[in-house]
Amino acid sequence: MTRYLSRRFLASILTLLGVTVIAFALAYLIPADPVRMIAGRNASPATVELIRTELGLDRPVIEQYVRYVGRLAQGDLGRSYAQKIRISELVAARIPATLYLMAGAIFFQLLIGIPAGVLAATRRGRPSDRWIMMFSFAGVSAPQFVVGLLLIYVFAYLLGWFPMNGFGGGSLWNLVLPALTLGISGGGYYARMMRSSMVEVLRQDYIRTARAKGLAPAKVVLTHALRNALLPIVAMIGLDIGYFMSGAVVVETVFGWPGIGQLAWQGIQRLDYPVIMGVTLVAAVAILIGNLLADLVTPLIDPRIRLR
Amino acid sequence: MQAIYRTVAAMLLAAAGASAALAEAPKQGGSIVITYKDDISTLDPAVGYDWQNWSIIKSIFDGLMDYKPGTTELTPDLAEKYEIADDGLTYIFTLRDGLKFHNGRAVTSADVKYSLERMIDPATQSPGAGYFGGIEGFADFQSGSAKEVTGIQAPDDKTVVIKLTAPNAAFLHIMALNFGYVVAKEAVEEFGADFGHHPVGTGAFKFVEWNLGQNVTLERFADYHIKGVPYLDRITFEIGQEPTVNLLRLQRGEVDILGDGIPPAQFVQITNDPANKDLYVVGDQLHTGYVALNVKVAPFDNLKVRQAVNMAINKDRIVQLINGRGKPANQVLPPAMPGYDPGFAGYAFDPAKAKALLAEAGFPDGFATELYTTNTDPQPRIAQAIQQDLAAIGIKADIKALAQAEVIAAGGTEGQAPMVWSGGLAWIADFPDPSNFYSVILGCSGAVPGGWNWSWYCNPDLDSRAAAADAMTDPAKAADRAKAWSDIYAGVMADAPWVPIMNETRYTMHSARVGGDPVLFVEPIHIPVNYDYIYATDAQ
Repeated sequence: MTRYLSRRFLASILTLLGVTVIAFALAYLIPADPVRMIAGRNASPATVELIRTELGLDRPVIEQYVRYVGRLAQGDLGRSYAQKIRISELVAARIPATLYLMAGAIFFQLLIGIPAGVLAATRRGRPSDRWIMMFSFAGVSAPQFVVGLLLIYVFAYLLGWFPMNGFGGGSLWNLVLPALTLGISGGGYYARMMRSSMVEVLRQDYIRTARAKGLAPAKVVLTHALRNALLPIVAMIGLDIGYFMSGAVVVETVFGWPGIGQLAWQGIQRLDYPVIMGVTLVAAVAILIGNLLADLVTPLIDPRIRLR
Repeated sequence: MQAIYRTVAAMLLAAAGASAALAEAPKQGGSIVITYKDDISTLDPAVGYDWQNWSIIKSIFDGLMDYKPGTTELTPDLAEKYEIADDGLTYIFTLRDGLKFHNGRAVTSADVKYSLERMIDPATQSPGAGYFGGIEGFADFQSGSAKEVTGIQAPDDKTVVIKLTAPNAAFLHIMALNFGYVVAKEAVEEFGADFGHHPVGTGAFKFVEWNLGQNVTLERFADYHIKGVPYLDRITFEIGQEPTVNLLRLQRGEVDILGDGIPPAQFVQITNDPANKDLYVVGDQLHTGYVALNVKVAPFDNLKVRQAVNMAINKDRIVQLINGRGKPANQVLPPAMPGYDPGFAGYAFDPAKAKALLAEAGFPDGFATELYTTNTDPQPRIAQAIQQDLAAIGIKADIKALAQAEVIAAGGTEGQAPMVWSGGLAWIADFPDPSNFYSVILGCSGAVPGGWNWSWYCNPDLDSRAAAADAMTDPAKAADRAKAWSDIYAGVMADAPWVPIMNETRYTMHSARVGGDPVLFVEPIHIPVNYDYIYATDAQ
């Protein structure tokens, strides 16, 4: 296990280094000059060059990259060009809301996706299967922007059950609608994944055995089949952790949710390289952690799988 | 109540008149909520340069000069008075008595000198430092060869003396810009580069708290040097919020002002509903949207081609395209700017004549070219309308829709962008002086790599006339100076490096519980809202 973990850790460091190279190169290739944006319209060429020197952007790109990675190794993500404060501060301020929304979204995805998938698999080919799959398709295809606004209009504006938007200092009431919006679209994927995985498991010999020895159908499905059918779902949650950590931009926008996606989007619009780089790195770390967690959890669910 | 103000003069008349909002006396107290879509970037006056933080900074900080509320008329602010020496180069400002920072410390002339030098220092990375380049000793201080700006002196606690290298009639406007506002040195030293998130100034409101990505709170400053203002006790800016949702929240009474204006999708519905007529205000901005024609790229090096393009574009249709939120333009300056010439004819929309001119220029069958635009709505739609109009006279323009920074970079690269639609990048004047529309975007100094003169138009004769107009510092000659600038811009239009398209108008929506002269909600200076003078009608 220790050997497995240390190997994964090493691989993660290499992956992150690769991410910094690509992100740095992409930022460098954009045909636009951040110094011009900072210096403003009235700056003389001399002022522009002074600011370029100030930011170290007059150095060769390789040197800039090495300096960046060097600071990174000391935990310094740099300062935002537009907001002038530390990236670590900007990112840290948005992590709680991001994690909170992620937890809520995964909760709703599972709440919607697993029962729907199991139900559809056990009623394969029947009208209820087709209805469930149709709804899951609708959930996947409906734009989050529309679903979000619709939920706000009905449950917040007309009925007044929930706040219209915002983080509300972390109140559960504020979380429900944005998490449900993500849950509706993600739940559709989970339902389809759960259904096909379940159908596959239900064909296996040990299920036939369980049935043959006269177990109640519900028991066969829920205790014997469900556990093994969950494996792809666990992998998907691992991917979701990475996805949500890089920000659910649309839902964050509609609900005024102070997550990391908003930060990324604003950084891109303002050509704020340090912010873009910082968010990219955080997302990459989250994806690595998410995958690692999924891999670690898998043997706990299915003892036939071992980590090597 | 008439809510449309076409010119500054009209705004003043309306303000003086018996408008309904003014009939009620402003009340002290209460609080309001303002929403914005994007994060507030910084509240450092030397650095902040977008229309969102511009007005907030104006409420937290003060400069030597300011404008009378709701107008473009200069008035001393932290300065009690000023004198201009006979040479037109030396300005002597005398500070008011009893000025205090939000932390309680008294303001002295050394604070003014410190704040200006801090802004000019390249380490501060101020986008506005260029405006102060006319102060003696600017370049030596910037390059580090001098420890102070010799042209800024504080001979005693209450006197600030500023020396220029050349007369500049717009200098008092420059001293009213946010960039030169006075900051508390001890707070800058305490917070360093984070000062923009912990601002300490002398303004009507003091900064209380900033929850990154969520909200910013300001509170009334009891020791503000103008007695009786501000009226509000507290302002909360909620940030990162979707405008459509905020409109619903405003209708439910949770929000008082939509900082981003009325969402385009709901615009017609809101403005057509009679119930809303007292809840939104329309005002002019110091803005002109234009198409820059690159005089260094063929065939726009040909005057007749540029004139033909000027006649080919149907500006009324473009204004319709954005629900009438603007007025067609025929010249460089917007109507609210001194020097705007109401009698200027410009190039009338006349496709037949345009086609004839193209033929005369040697392009009877037109030509192919490119039109650069930013890629956020409605700019690409406007570019398409321009594209169709050009197609009607045979010009085939490919649209290049790019991110803002990329369009700016393309415009500033010699020989790259033949046509640039300025929407989404456009020039909103930083101060209400006609010179503000010239040097950087039309003068020779802007026609350099990385510059903002995307027409690459450089007319040395107009440049020297501009310098002469800026040397007319005598306030008694203001009318002559405005006339001189009108003539300069007429000269520009004769060469047709621009197609002026429209002057945008601003719509601000507010809740019924916020009171104040309507002009305060669409201020040309405190874009968009002058927070110091609005009030809560339900204050106790």
